[in-house]
Amino acid sequence: MSSNKTIPHSEAAAIFNKNEERVNWHDETLWFVREKRDKSAHQIPEWELLRETASQIKLNVLSNIHDYLVEFETNAQKNGIIVHWAANAEEHNVIVHSILEKNNIKQMVKSKSMLTEECHLNDYLTERGIDVIDSDLGERIVQLRNEPPSHIVLPAIHLKKEDVSETFHEHLGTEKGNIDPQYLTESARHHLRDVFLTRKAALTGVNFAVAETGEFVVCTNEGNADMGAHLADVHIACMGFEKLIPKREHLGVFLRLLARSATGQPITTFSSHFKKPREGKEIHVVIVDNGRSEQLGREEFRNSLKCIRCGACMNTCPVYRRSGGHSYHNAVAGPIGSILAPNLDMKKNADLPFASTLCGSCTNVCPVKIDIHDQLYKWRQVLVKEGYTPKAKTIAMKTMAAVLANPMVFEIVGKSGRFAMKNLPGLVNNKLNKWYDQREMPEVPEESFKEWYKKNSKSAKGKNDEQ
Amino acid sequence: MMSSKESILQKIKQNQPKDLNELPNLEPLKESNLDVLEQYKTILKSIGGDFAEVSSYAEIVAFVKENFDISKRILTTLPELSEVANLEWTNDDPHSLQNAEQILVKAHFGVAENSALWVTDEIMGQRVSTFIPQYLAIIVNKKDIVAKMHQAYDRIGNQEYGFGTFIAGPSKTADIEQSLVLGAHGARGLTVFILG
Amino acid sequence: MKAALFIPCYVDQFYPKAAIAAYELLQKLGCYVDFPMKQTCCGQPMANSGYQHLTEGCDANFIANFAGFDYIVCPSGSCVMHVKEHLHSDTNKELAAKLRSSVYELTEFITDILKIESIEGDFPFRVGMHQSCHGQRGLKLSQMSELNAPFFSKPGQLLTKIKGIDLVSLSRKDECCGFGGTFCVTEEAISVKMGQDRIKDHEKHHVDYITGVDMSCLMHLEGILKRQKSPIKTIHIAEILNTFKV
Repeated sequence: MSSNKTIPHSEAAAIFNKNEERVNWHDETLWFVREKRDKSAHQIPEWELLRETASQIKLNVLSNIHDYLVEFETNAQKNGIIVHWAANAEEHNVIVHSILEKNNIKQMVKSKSMLTEECHLNDYLTERGIDVIDSDLGERIVQLRNEPPSHIVLPAIHLKKEDVSETFHEHLGTEKGNIDPQYLTESARHHLRDVFLTRKAALTGVNFAVAETGEFVVCTNEGNADMGAHLADVHIACMGFEKLIPKREHLGVFLRLLARSATGQPITTFSSHFKKPREGKEIHVVIVDNGRSEQLGREEFRNSLKCIRCGACMNTCPVYRRSGGHSYHNAVAGPIGSILAPNLDMKKNADLPFASTLCGSCTNVCPVKIDIHDQLYKWRQVLVKEGYTPKAKTIAMKTMAAVLANPMVFEIVGKSGRFAMKNLPGLVNNKLNKWYDQREMPEVPEESFKEWYKKNSKSAKGKNDEQ
Repeated sequence: MMSSKESILQKIKQNQPKDLNELPNLEPLKESNLDVLEQYKTILKSIGGDFAEVSSYAEIVAFVKENFDISKRILTTLPELSEVANLEWTNDDPHSLQNAEQILVKAHFGVAENSALWVTDEIMGQRVSTFIPQYLAIIVNKKDIVAKMHQAYDRIGNQEYGFGTFIAGPSKTADIEQSLVLGAHGARGLTVFILG
Repeated sequence: MKAALFIPCYVDQFYPKAAIAAYELLQKLGCYVDFPMKQTCCGQPMANSGYQHLTEGCDANFIANFAGFDYIVCPSGSCVMHVKEHLHSDTNKELAAKLRSSVYELTEFITDILKIESIEGDFPFRVGMHQSCHGQRGLKLSQMSELNAPFFSKPGQLLTKIKGIDLVSLSRKDECCGFGGTFCVTEEAISVKMGQDRIKDHEKHHVDYITGVDMSCLMHLEGILKRQKSPIKTIHIAEILNTFKV
């Protein structure tokens, strides 16, 4: 989980592809989720209008987020919620820890929060003697394996039931070799029920926070956020500031889109609205920046903050499906992760915007219409200008640009290139040519189109002299 | 020194777009020609829930006697169901509900497009009550089923609550190889009594 | 109608057959076709790799070649999209803007400008259509499977009256083939895997040919097919349409 040695996406992806059966399974499983999403979206005649509306609401939020945050804080405080502000990951972790310390709490149960993954909260708390247990089944699985989630909605999608069975046998004492998902889930249910019943603090993420009412909404299918929060004395909810929406009625738009985009369900099983703490109990909301205000200032990339973390762009991404979430070495993987990550650390994440064919499917499934593939293209331009691409590539590109800008040189290079390919195939068909590893080179024609045109076109006759 | 709140807000003010983008009109999204009851039942079935159409609380009591194990702990907040369920638990420690087999509550309304039911702490007795029992049953008036989430929030309006939740089907997970398993942490099953 | 033919650099060098077909087809459909001799490349290979700032030379050359034309037609959706979105000139902004809106992919030029609904060629084979992403999602040549919107396909429509053609319906109608410009070498493992998977879909439907509007995708698929010694061949859509006889 440490970030000091990062394997570039292309290398990690190549390793992931060594097990073809596993890659095929990963691809087909996520494609199936994409198909469920399509089916669900196509049942809503006004689907495209719904996306457009959600996009406009989010654009409104981004253009007025200062006031909405102030409004949210005021209303949340009126409701009895304690609001904290964290400028970065470190401060977020310190705040969470201090709340636990103040209440003398050593054990905490946690439901899914990609923000806490982004801030590496678990490591921070564990180092300080706090026992943290993730309660989402997928997150619990990867936590027991000491791995990060590989998908924001399906954290253990890179694993097979045999893997889970092994892990549960080792940590929860389930029968060796029993790979029945029903059995394994039931075992986790019992294990986590004990956790819920004994934890005094519960941490959850936030899907939406409503400025108008000071409430926040947490969506789960398992009910784990609720089991944790309603049994604990202290509920800590952590949110990036972009989770704000203006009004309660806007939840109607987002709750229609979120689960349909994520898994094809019409809505998550539970969409819980937390407005006030139970009597004598505490709710804390930690509002986190951690680079978001900077992204807000990058005009070309600020729309990435519209994201509602549905994961649809991952499920549809042909590259993600075949490279796995861990190859993106970032809390949020896939296309959306690739436009968020460079903002956090350009050097470490310079490879991610290039881990795409720019096919554009991500943009089409995005429920809030983020121009994801265009932003990938734009990040490439920024990363090159800032000097984060290999020198050899820059030299090659400069040479290529020079040749292509000059028609005469282009013709000579083209001719000699074709000559070489035809007569000296060893020059190109070798280990240094990544194309040739698993693909044949195109067959070399007798003449280029230009040469053919000169001979065969009447209109070209007069032009021949120009060349 | 500036607090984090001040510095975050200052940076946001500086970096957010200078022109305000208008909020969109939600009215066009509300149009619907759904047969709400049929849609409600179809969706509920498709997400692992079950329903029974009843015309009175007496019928619900009969259904409970017939289909639920009343030798186990059954909770309710509805005096009409006191014959089959216990009413005296709403002030107990929520942890003590962990051995509850079943709870019966009444939703404010249901939503046809996703079969969700809106419940708030006022009718839940305790917030954890609809999550911790093994099985869940929710009553909704037939006339209280709205078409879509937009109508749902129109109906909620400025309703006051400390906690409210939409519940759609039983608790579930597919985190192991995308195999659907009902009963992840919350209720293993949901029965909806459509009343009226 | 007068149209300038824009033949992308790699098509000129490696796939003259596709270019000749596009040229002949446009003439058969009644166009006066000119081919500016000093054209090279649209600059996309650099731009997609993050070096858009190095494409000024390509842009200037493109503008110099195509300045006089109202219609610029190209048998490659990807290159057309690049010109449409990124062609620029600091010295002649208006001209660059005019050219950006004058460039057409071959099939959209035939359906939208020439207003021809279908072409009666002859191609008695089982064919799978590869939807190249830049043509489809970039230029909206066909409806995209992600959207809840009515179906259409400009290239597909042109093929409907080809005699003997058996156009198959793929399991994944518009999944990317994995070419992706320099992606095909920088992310070689994924690129090849994506290509292999696309081919499997065509194989499953027993096609004789894979066709499409973009030679770059077809070049990538062809490279894999040949390595696999597959009997399936690739062919640019212009070559199928050019079986049409006046």
